[in-house]
Amino acid sequence: MNTQATDTEKLTSWTPVILPPLSNLHKIEFYLANDGYKSFKKAMEMKPEEIIDEVKKSNLRGRGGACFPTGLKWSFMPKNSDKPKYLCVNGDESEPGTFKDRQILEFNPHLLIEGTLIACYAMGIRTAYIYIRGEYIKQIKLLQKAIDEAYANHLIGENILGTNFSTNIYIHRGAGAYICGEESSLMNSIEGVRGYPRLKPPFPAQFGLWGCPTTINNVETIANIPIIINNGWEWYSKVGAEKHPGPILVGVSGHVNNPGVFEMPTGEPLLEIIYKWAGGIPGDKGIKAVIPGGSSTMILRGDKLEDVRMDWDSLKKAGSSVGTAGIIVMDSDTDLIKVITRIAEFYYRESCGQCTPCREGTVWMFKILKRFENYKATKDDIDLLLDVANNIEGNTICALGDAAAWPVQSMIYQFRDEFEKRVEESKFHSLSA
Amino acid sequence: MLSEENKIKIEELRKRYPTSQSLILPALWMIQEQYGYISDESMKHISVLLNIPYSHILGVVTFYTMLHKNKVGKHHIEVCTNISCMLRGSGKILEHLENRLGIKSGETSTDKKYTLSEVECLGSCGTAPVLAIGKEYHENLTIEKLDKIIDALI
Ligand SMILES: Cc1cc2nc3c(=O)[nH]c(=O)nc-3n(C[C@H](O)[C@H](O)[C@H](O)COP(=O)(O)O)c2cc1C
Ligand code: SF4
Ligand code: FES
Repeated sequence: MNTQATDTEKLTSWTPVILPPLSNLHKIEFYLANDGYKSFKKAMEMKPEEIIDEVKKSNLRGRGGACFPTGLKWSFMPKNSDKPKYLCVNGDESEPGTFKDRQILEFNPHLLIEGTLIACYAMGIRTAYIYIRGEYIKQIKLLQKAIDEAYANHLIGENILGTNFSTNIYIHRGAGAYICGEESSLMNSIEGVRGYPRLKPPFPAQFGLWGCPTTINNVETIANIPIIINNGWEWYSKVGAEKHPGPILVGVSGHVNNPGVFEMPTGEPLLEIIYKWAGGIPGDKGIKAVIPGGSSTMILRGDKLEDVRMDWDSLKKAGSSVGTAGIIVMDSDTDLIKVITRIAEFYYRESCGQCTPCREGTVWMFKILKRFENYKATKDDIDLLLDVANNIEGNTICALGDAAAWPVQSMIYQFRDEFEKRVEESKFHSLSA
Repeated sequence: MLSEENKIKIEELRKRYPTSQSLILPALWMIQEQYGYISDESMKHISVLLNIPYSHILGVVTFYTMLHKNKVGKHHIEVCTNISCMLRGSGKILEHLENRLGIKSGETSTDKKYTLSEVECLGSCGTAPVLAIGKEYHENLTIEKLDKIIDALI
């Protein structure tokens, strides 16, 4: 797989900074030899609020799916608190089509640690938990080794680098639950209760882990922090798309010749990513559909990708979102009914069951779609399906409900013809049966 | 029962969290690594060790798909059938395994050697199709590669 973007120079003038093409970067001596922890040292000479301001001005948006402005999120944390404050770094990475945080954990774990330290310093946090999905055993080992090295070098722990700043960083291993990537569920998982999402408000910055002020950020978001501090917000905010700047790890999977994770500035044309970076479609087939940002994002028609770019603004205009930047490509021969049925099955299985619209709605959608898949659906089932999806959206405790509804809604909006065709074929199927 | 070594580890982990409740998951992982599954007896043991009601421990165990209340086969083969893998032929991979092992997805072979499961996205979509056996991922699968992997399991 292409993880380190070795051919990057040929594609854009971008030189990777999150996943630079250097080997052994996971070892602290190599990381230090390549200016590692320089940003952290620079940050320690700044005032905490200067760092938050820098992150705000950089316009960094979270890479965990919602594109929330990171600096703004940090500014919600109370400056003075008689309770401890916490940082949770979200490495649950379970959104289907997403496999990018894993690259950071494997190839550049010290960048994540450095970003975590800067975040803790900026928000006055003394304990950070890095939550990693249970399946990432190899990655957990690699990160733990990097953390141990950083402790040994007085970069984590008490009185870091001889200052009065102290912070601990711990890994918390998940155990197989997509929902634990949702921030409040993740906190419950760390607290040792079932990973049910919590009602918001209160928001984590007021009432998070153990009722204390807490910030949750995605692994890739945190990995961007040292880049911002090192290069300054002026530089960072000019990389890629204006409203959603910076380097972004784009994963491309499905029907492409050269799947992988590629680091690029935001705002690259989607078609260029598919054809140039990911090597185009096997057998030179056409593109039927693309899911641009992981399975929760709205599906796009292959014939409507002309002006679509990989950034918050452009994908919003195209009727979808960046999500986790996991592009899933489907060629002209793909059975989209099968695809959406499998997606619906996923959300049905992963719903935690707390709210009725999500619990019941995801079962319904899956059952109706199974009828389509098995050539047993009627024309009324199309609107019934849309109706069920519409009744989930916006009516649940957490965004899993929306995440389940969006793919179904968009599939019907964009490919109603496929559903209608299936209904026609079903008549034929029942005759021949 | 947690091994002596793991009991020491749990004591060390206490420093990391303000409540012992947070140690449930780490302790359950240790139990599962020791025995391959989490028995009722183990849950009672954790309950006493951490001073947390058994019913709470049970609730946590049943919440997570990676934690097993029952013994699984010596080799737990978990095939990702989510969308990126599906687009690249995970259906054929699963079918081949079912035929070769003589069990359906969700079953354990009578000799307890294999358990076959379908799982959700493993975060390896760029090297699809993918499966995991124990701690190892096997990526970019083909039927030939799969046969070699199964041949090598003892
Ligand atoms: C069902 C569900 C699953 C999620 N899974 C993840 C995940 O695996 N990783 C992640 O970083 N964010 C995930 N999120 C988003 C988090 O709730 C949260 O917004 C994010 O971690 C914040 O980080 P950011 O601001 O840096 O993007 C998920 C959200 C939902 C609703
Ligand atoms: S929306 Fe679904 S996953 Fe989220 S809390 Fe409600 S039932 Fe659980
Ligand atoms: S879909 Fe199989 S690893 Fe992601």
